[in-house]
Amino acid sequence: MSRFTSLVKKEFNHIFRDRRTMLILFGIPIMQILIFGYVVNSDFKNIGIAVFDKSDDAHTRKILTKVFSSGYFGFAGNIHDQEGISAEFKTGKVKAVLVFEPGFGDRIDSGQQANLQIITDASDPNVANTAVGYLSGIIRNYQAEIAGPTVGQMIVDAQLRMVFNENLISAYMFVPGTMALILMLISALLTSISVTREKELGTLEVILVSPLKPSQIILGKVTPYVLLAFCNGLMILLLGHFVFGLPVSGSIVLLLAELLLYITLSLSVGILISTMAKSQQVAMFASLFILMLPTMLLSGFIFPIENMPMALQWLSACLPPRWFIIILKDIMLKGNGLAYVWDETLILLVMTAIFLFAAIRKFSIRLKV
Amino acid sequence: METETIIEVKDLVKQFGGFIANDHLNFSVKTGEIFGFLGANGAGKTTAIRILCGLSAPTSGSVIVAGIDASRYPEQVKKSIGYMCQRFSLYEDLTVFENIRLYGGVYGMSLKDIRIKSDELLKRLGIDDLRDRLIGSVPLGWRQKLAFSVAIFHQPKIVFLDEPTGGVDPITRRQFWDLIYEAGRAGITVFVTTHYMDEAEYCDRVCILSEGKIQAMGNPVELKKSFGVKSMDEVFVKVARNV
Amino acid sequence: MTAESKLVCRVNYSSSMNNPIVECLNVSKQYGDIPALLDFSINIAEGEVFGLIGPDGAGKTTLFRILSTLILPDAGKVMVLGHDVVGDYRFIRKSIGFMPGRFSLYQDLTVEENLKFYASVFGVDIEENYHLIKDIYAPLEPFKTRRAGKLSGGMKQKLALSCALIHKPGLLILDEPTTGVDAVSRKEFWDHLQTLRKEGMTILVATPYMDEAERCSRLAMIQKGRILDCGKPDEIRSRFKGPLFQLSCADRYRALLLCRKSELISSAHAFGQSIHLTLSDGAGIDSVEEMITEQGISEVQTEKIAPSMEDCFIQYLT
Repeated sequence: MSRFTSLVKKEFNHIFRDRRTMLILFGIPIMQILIFGYVVNSDFKNIGIAVFDKSDDAHTRKILTKVFSSGYFGFAGNIHDQEGISAEFKTGKVKAVLVFEPGFGDRIDSGQQANLQIITDASDPNVANTAVGYLSGIIRNYQAEIAGPTVGQMIVDAQLRMVFNENLISAYMFVPGTMALILMLISALLTSISVTREKELGTLEVILVSPLKPSQIILGKVTPYVLLAFCNGLMILLLGHFVFGLPVSGSIVLLLAELLLYITLSLSVGILISTMAKSQQVAMFASLFILMLPTMLLSGFIFPIENMPMALQWLSACLPPRWFIIILKDIMLKGNGLAYVWDETLILLVMTAIFLFAAIRKFSIRLKV
Repeated sequence: METETIIEVKDLVKQFGGFIANDHLNFSVKTGEIFGFLGANGAGKTTAIRILCGLSAPTSGSVIVAGIDASRYPEQVKKSIGYMCQRFSLYEDLTVFENIRLYGGVYGMSLKDIRIKSDELLKRLGIDDLRDRLIGSVPLGWRQKLAFSVAIFHQPKIVFLDEPTGGVDPITRRQFWDLIYEAGRAGITVFVTTHYMDEAEYCDRVCILSEGKIQAMGNPVELKKSFGVKSMDEVFVKVARNV
Repeated sequence: MTAESKLVCRVNYSSSMNNPIVECLNVSKQYGDIPALLDFSINIAEGEVFGLIGPDGAGKTTLFRILSTLILPDAGKVMVLGHDVVGDYRFIRKSIGFMPGRFSLYQDLTVEENLKFYASVFGVDIEENYHLIKDIYAPLEPFKTRRAGKLSGGMKQKLALSCALIHKPGLLILDEPTTGVDAVSRKEFWDHLQTLRKEGMTILVATPYMDEAERCSRLAMIQKGRILDCGKPDEIRSRFKGPLFQLSCADRYRALLLCRKSELISSAHAFGQSIHLTLSDGAGIDSVEEMITEQGISEVQTEKIAPSMEDCFIQYLT
């Protein structure tokens, strides 16, 4: 029989008899397609709109009814003065603000031009542009409906005023997300191999048979990485600021504190993976796969969370990077203080505690043979 | 029986960066001999055997195996020899027969030939009931013997065994050496490395390696006589002290 | 295992032994379907060099891991230094010196850094306890800034031993410390062990080398999780069902085949250039000599010899 055929046959045998390879071949593609299908959902729904209706008449109300029954938009509140606009955007729940000039309806009925403004929060340029497009469409439809010789023109002034990103600099969008991703990967990847490496080499056995406690061993491993990863994070921030002009509008101290928290959290995740993995390869693979892919797809870094089905939104809520990105944007771009980010910070704190605790518990004082 | 030289090594040097693993080795092996390469771990045995098998190229020196220049035509060498590396080299997730068929196929044997010979082999070893068992579930001692049989399945002129009997019990060890003797009788030259000095006694000729150099070479009985000691272990100690 | 040797092991497990350093009673451990230790009972007294002799898979590493509290036994009672391995593992981990199978110190740390690390983990001062490891560590001193991974096999073992001793343990557990190491270093290692014993250290060693078995004060031969025999080397030798004869001749291999077929011979095994054999009941060594010579093999010589540990082990296996 030809040598080549024997080799091919052997390889098939190896493949079919190895669970992991089968998982990669079939399990992963299926999962990826499902996730991508749901997440990369360019369908548009429930975008928060706040309304600054200086006129409040029959026309404006009709328009608003149409807007909010379209299914694309959700009503996020009324604004009563100019300052309120920025305030609403700061909350993060509002992606666009509709402003009707005073006497809107009267001007239309009397055949004059009536102006309305759409101001968008372009820290999410995709959403901003689409919002403007849909809103304009709804308004055009209404215009057609009420068309007549005595009816005035509605002029839509779409102010794609990036409330926080005046010059539409993509770095503002990407640096926070990238930072969250990189720091999580590096931290988790590094620590994930540290325990498994000792397991593989056999040095773990000798350390266990000593007065050292699991908590000491784990904290002893995490600490140098915290310091190093912190320097790393700092470097990324400096690069972002000096090379791309990324602003740090809020408190630097708060920013660094959050950075430290996030790093500790990522390291704890890494250690947890490390205690459960049998070999360095498994640990690395798990870190890359369990952390990287979901982070890229589900953390709100690239694809908006609002569009995802409920199940994936819940999954997203379990991912530390999702919260960290919000914190970063809030502090750096919006200049928010602890008052605004305390809830996300609390979430990260709780997650850190859980992972560290789990890692220490999982770190078996006995060999798993 | 013809006693021509089947392996000829002259001034073999193998260097890894600054580290000299094989330092000017000179020796030859005759057809049908059981030749032992002894030494502790790190002495250079595995490095040398890999060069002889065509798996690694020497830094300098000449290595002729079965008439082929191993440094220039390693692929030719690989076709004419059998090789069993440390521990065993059978695939744990394939069955006994699948492993035999694979190696037979790799060396160009026809499927029919493989089937006949493997039946013979399994019957001779007394394990035809293990034919369709995964190697992973075959006891350790049997795996070693099986690996050896697979290494000589295609009837090569020389078989290279790198530390084949690590950690097995004394009986299995002896059974393994019985297989080696049978192979020797069938005209196959056996080149074996080991760090068990007592196995040296089973060889026709041995070569003691330490720190990359050959410290002593010859027939075990003669070596013991010339050093005035009773065991190869003691020969080694004397040799090491002289270094 | 014969009933007799089972009795022997019970006798060796004497509860009359005062304050044994190690006590194992009916210990069993299984990995899935594979039994690693079966109903294992053993005592080790203070100041002994106790050897665990057997091939791979016999259960040595499993037993050591149980004793060093790294894994739990499925059944049985195990006490080390008077403390239970299950409940009291913290005390045991502070008080024993452990050298697992492979070289398990940090390859990328230097000799000195390794020693300092272990000393600090156990909270001891190197200067205080240096006298314990002086002879062993001395040849390493000139290399103290070399990375441990770059040492020779023999040196690595010395370093590992030093690190295991630095905190003055009550028990030293060494799992195959000399496998693959050159013969000179092996000898030196065992010389060190004897010196430690004289100073009162209790040592438990696993080894597949039968010749090292001879240097133990007491030993247990194990195979597939069971004890084949245990006791002092002399005691084990005395239990050999002999007498044992050594036969040398011109064609050893053919002679061996003949011996195996012969009814005169009860067992025959190759030992180096000669054959060790025991006779069947009623047979005489002269008839064996005759038989071999008749088959055309020359230079046949026989002599009665004392059994070695390996002879004993082989007899238990067959």
